[in-house]
Amino acid sequence: MIAKLNDLPAWARWALYAAFGVLLLTIVQSISDTERLTQVATAREMLRFAVPIFLAGLGGLFSERAGVVNIGLEGMLILGMWFGAWGSITYGAWWGLAIGIFGGMLGGLLHAIATVTFQVDHIISGVAINILAPAITRYLSEEIWASPTTSPRTSAVGDWDVPFLAGGTVFGWESPDLLLTISQWEIWYLSDLAQLSRGLLRGTSWVAIIAIALVPFTVWLIWRTRFGLRLRICGEKPAAGEAQGINIIRYKYIAVIISGGLAGLGGAFISTELSGLFQGGNSAGRGFIGLAALIFGNWRPGGVLLGALLFGYVFGLDLRDLDGTASHAMLLVNAIAFAGVGLWAFTRRRKADTIIAAILGVGALFWWIVADTVPSWWSNTLPYVVVLLVLVFFAQRLRMPVSLGMPYRKGET
Amino acid sequence: MRKLAFSLAAPVGAFLLTLVVSTIALLAFGSSPAEAYGDMLSHAAKLETQVDILNRATPFYLSAVAAAIGFRMNLFNIGVEGQYLMGFLFAAQVGGLISLPQVLHIFVIMVVAMIVGALYAGIAGVLKTTRGVNEVISTIMLNSIAVGGLIAWLQQEWQAELGENFSSTELGTNEIEESGLLPTINGLLEIFTREIGQGKELTGMLLIAVLVGVLYHVLLNRTRFGFDLRASGINPFAARAGGVPPKRMVLAAMMLSGAVAGLIGMVELADRGKFPPDPIQGLGFQGIAVALLGRNNPGGMAFAALLFAFLDVSSGVLDSTGAASREIAVIMQGIVLLTAVIAYGVANRLRERDEAREAAEALAAEREVVPA
Amino acid sequence: MTAAIELTGITKRFPGVIANDNVNLTVEKGEIHAVCGENGAGKSTLMKILYGMQAPDEGTMKVNGELVNFSSPTDAIDRGIGMVHQHFMLADQLTVLENIILGAEPTVSGGRINFKEAEAHLSQVADEYGLTIDVNQMVESLEVGERQRVEIIKVLYRGAEILILDEPTAVLVPQEVEALFENMRELKASGATILFIDHKLDEVLEISDSMTVLRHGKTVATMKNDGVTAHELAELMVGSELPTPDTSESTVTDDVALELKDLTVLNEDGRQVVHDINLRIHRGEIVGIAGVEGNGQGELVDAIIGTADIASGTVSFHGRDITRESVRKRREAGLAYVPEDRHHEGLLLSSPLWENAALGHQTQSPYGSNWWLDRDGARAQTELIREQFDVRTPNIDVSAHALSGGNQQKLIIGRELTSDPEVLVAAHPTRGIDVGAQAAVWDDIRAARRNGLATLLISADLDELIGLSDTIVVMLRGEFVATLAPADVTPRDLGAYMTGAALQNGGAA
Repeated sequence: MIAKLNDLPAWARWALYAAFGVLLLTIVQSISDTERLTQVATAREMLRFAVPIFLAGLGGLFSERAGVVNIGLEGMLILGMWFGAWGSITYGAWWGLAIGIFGGMLGGLLHAIATVTFQVDHIISGVAINILAPAITRYLSEEIWASPTTSPRTSAVGDWDVPFLAGGTVFGWESPDLLLTISQWEIWYLSDLAQLSRGLLRGTSWVAIIAIALVPFTVWLIWRTRFGLRLRICGEKPAAGEAQGINIIRYKYIAVIISGGLAGLGGAFISTELSGLFQGGNSAGRGFIGLAALIFGNWRPGGVLLGALLFGYVFGLDLRDLDGTASHAMLLVNAIAFAGVGLWAFTRRRKADTIIAAILGVGALFWWIVADTVPSWWSNTLPYVVVLLVLVFFAQRLRMPVSLGMPYRKGET
Repeated sequence: MRKLAFSLAAPVGAFLLTLVVSTIALLAFGSSPAEAYGDMLSHAAKLETQVDILNRATPFYLSAVAAAIGFRMNLFNIGVEGQYLMGFLFAAQVGGLISLPQVLHIFVIMVVAMIVGALYAGIAGVLKTTRGVNEVISTIMLNSIAVGGLIAWLQQEWQAELGENFSSTELGTNEIEESGLLPTINGLLEIFTREIGQGKELTGMLLIAVLVGVLYHVLLNRTRFGFDLRASGINPFAARAGGVPPKRMVLAAMMLSGAVAGLIGMVELADRGKFPPDPIQGLGFQGIAVALLGRNNPGGMAFAALLFAFLDVSSGVLDSTGAASREIAVIMQGIVLLTAVIAYGVANRLRERDEAREAAEALAAEREVVPA
Repeated sequence: MTAAIELTGITKRFPGVIANDNVNLTVEKGEIHAVCGENGAGKSTLMKILYGMQAPDEGTMKVNGELVNFSSPTDAIDRGIGMVHQHFMLADQLTVLENIILGAEPTVSGGRINFKEAEAHLSQVADEYGLTIDVNQMVESLEVGERQRVEIIKVLYRGAEILILDEPTAVLVPQEVEALFENMRELKASGATILFIDHKLDEVLEISDSMTVLRHGKTVATMKNDGVTAHELAELMVGSELPTPDTSESTVTDDVALELKDLTVLNEDGRQVVHDINLRIHRGEIVGIAGVEGNGQGELVDAIIGTADIASGTVSFHGRDITRESVRKRREAGLAYVPEDRHHEGLLLSSPLWENAALGHQTQSPYGSNWWLDRDGARAQTELIREQFDVRTPNIDVSAHALSGGNQQKLIIGRELTSDPEVLVAAHPTRGIDVGAQAAVWDDIRAARRNGLATLLISADLDELIGLSDTIVVMLRGEFVATLAPADVTPRDLGAYMTGAALQNGGAA
């Protein structure tokens, strides 16, 4: 069964996983008093939250695959927010994105100069950038918009409805909205699946489309091309690359600058698409969550996207969950997830893991039974708790690049 | 002499570079650097401003010491922010519930703050020692859990009883009785100066911060524990072979760091008498910056804390004089940090090279005199 | 006929050291040329220069008669030079194929790697030299010998005709050495020139056509391999007198200081690497452990000092069971430890010497107590060590990394022996240090033995083992396979036991 699953092409496997996840949500929903778990708006919010998280995480992937730890992603995201807003206001929406990327790249460049050229500890440099970036944006905002924390309205690049599936127009002709039709049939599971899919396919920001397209592109770039192989050697064993005449320093620079650029695009998305203006503090730690998605995704693009969507789902659900019933239903999802982890640990004879998972699972189940709603603080913290738990259970199984975070000096091997 | 030159060249160089960059930033938007710097300096020359600077430097310094304890053993406690807020909140709540004689009351509050900070940091320590979870990630997550969830929730739970038509100033935990508030120490400063005006009060936590700095120095340089801690930071494998238990050290350093972090909020607590609805945020991160700038050295961090506080406070005057945007101060903080860490790295390498050459020369000279 | 390689007057200085001092080296086309010398003689530096990884300060290099000036390995590769490093330059989490083509990837449009073409070219090269390997597995799953083969294929893939092998046999077991030599002969037969570094004399004499000997960074001899004896070669390598520690009369007592009973130890991956070992070391006795590296010696040491995962069995000091005690408790009970790699486990490189002297003894007088560090006491003691053990340093406040390897080692020996130890575990105590320091270290260990120290000595230097030990135990695949008296054993015999050859021939004593 599992062998057959592995024979499927990657996209089909992922689709199956997703379908299974939705099935789980539908089952939980049918024994809870909420309908939000599978609503169109939930999926839409999920995507809106996930895009910047994913872009930051993907940025982290480039940097860390090249061996440079990047906790400065948050700062680069903030630079992207500001530059994106400024570009959007000054030159228009698409230019805003480009300039946002540029702003993030500046942050990446600083990080590269500090870590690659001057061998400053990667964490320290990242912290410095996280402090410097908001300072720069405050100053620039004050000088340009006469307010340290807010800009005028920005313009957005707009969105797209997928034709036939979500009723998009083709050359001015309004195509049928197939998924809407299916969701109106109100068939158990099928309609839920249709609703969630429609949330992703209708009114989808171009940036989100670009972000999703970056997954296969990154896989291709990192695992199929010369550039990718050389970039990976920087993170795995730079000395081996150097011995073959590869300019490790150049690749590290490129990787960290790309990293900043992606985080910058994520920032530009936040200011121009999500908020419609630059607002200090709107990054809300998404750079850090992106880092968490990177670890969750085991330093692989598809995994990063999955992590970002998962975190996005939790945040998105919470945003619309005013009475706390949806978050309450999530407790049951948690309990099921713990049961799965516990089973996995049990089959591998990992006693401690099994016990921890069992305790947490029973705890979640118990809470679900005794409470009707869950306070919002719980859903606010859930993504971070998920990351901690992933690390607790799988830290030893994660495969980070071998030379990640190590200083590299040319000719010292 | 040479050593002194090496250790001073880097921060001085970084500061000069920072001046250059901020001057460019000022000129770029048509402000006059001379006027802006002049306003800041003349503002800082006033005694009342200096009191503000000391009040601001105190939490910076405590936060820096907290971060430095971790840094000295290569443990990156990025979670000072969360530990500080948790300690602050619990201490305020406990302090508001009890009533005790003055010294004891204050003591209990501080101990609670330290214990809660230590426990919260201890989570990251336990995760690292038992499950191998990297402390950078776990402390970042714990920050978000505290700031994004726990604090808001607990604060809501512990919200003081509000009157009918409450004002927003009533939000937060219960007011702590006078006996639980650390007294101000204006009198102490006034021994050396004129009377402090404008109702400014110098926080008593300043003395605690100085004490923490001294203890930090003694602990690190004079005690066996401090030696173990530093050894683990420089070479964990050699330390382990030298009898230092690595896991226990990680946990101890993490919790000690968290305990000091718990003290940061005491400055604000003494000032406002409760956990306010809007506690100052970012002190944890600025502490990391101050620790890096001060090279984890008790004296260096004091200097860095004063510099950061000076920039924060004295730039306030720019709002009224209009010479420039006051945000120039945060830019200077950011740049001086980045340039300083780079400069330290370079200086360190130069010093190592210098030392190796010196040792080799000494050896060579000896060889000529003493036949082998 | 022009030489494949001709280096003239190569000089390379590092702060405080001259690694290469006017070195000359000529390698003819199609020969196997050995470069030999002790650790620190400058062999590796010379090879790095030849491969473009470091630039010489002085001197000229000719490849196939043409003057060259390499600024990076790429230049060397372009001239048909390939290098197999002692520490493999392979990334564990990349496939064999990715590792091999790295830096010479065949691409099609858009920078995409043409994996098909790469594989075709690779199998062609592999067939030509009779080297086979599954190219799509991860390198992490390969054995040492296979990794080396990957390294050699990597070099051949680039069309190298001049191969530099840096201590290729250091990591191999004898059968693998045989296989390697077989490969080298085939390479030579297909016209390749091989330059290889080694300091195992029998190997050099077996495989090479000619050799160059380096000592203290200088060329001391270049000769053909006809009628040179191992003894002559050894004398050239170490200088006129061969320092061998001479055995003195026994000081062994009946008092058991360290005892291991049925000790079984797991390595980091949880695999059993030491099986059921029993050993007693008495006061005044030195027990030497002989064995090819990686046969469980490291884990045995870790088990005694207290950092290993002991699966079963006991470790006791003077009859007291300390199996479950911490490193610190063991240290305080009188355990001294000279680690195999002083930079890894021995020193705090960026700390001053006096702090390094205190490391491991910080809870004990004169360095400190359970609570306090005694700076004055530690400094005074360090001065004492400096004097007694002849540590050459301007003062005791310089950082440890400023000292030469020999002086660092003397500092470690000094701090361990001045702490009045009961048991000393010394792993390769003279590795990588100069001859003078080596003799001093031997004298120190011997003096301590006279005073009743029980020592476990692990060394790859067989002369050192024979000269210092009262008893020699041979370790193979985690077990003790033979116990020998040093008086009637030669390095050659010992080698046979270490590789298991003697056991197969039924020659176990």
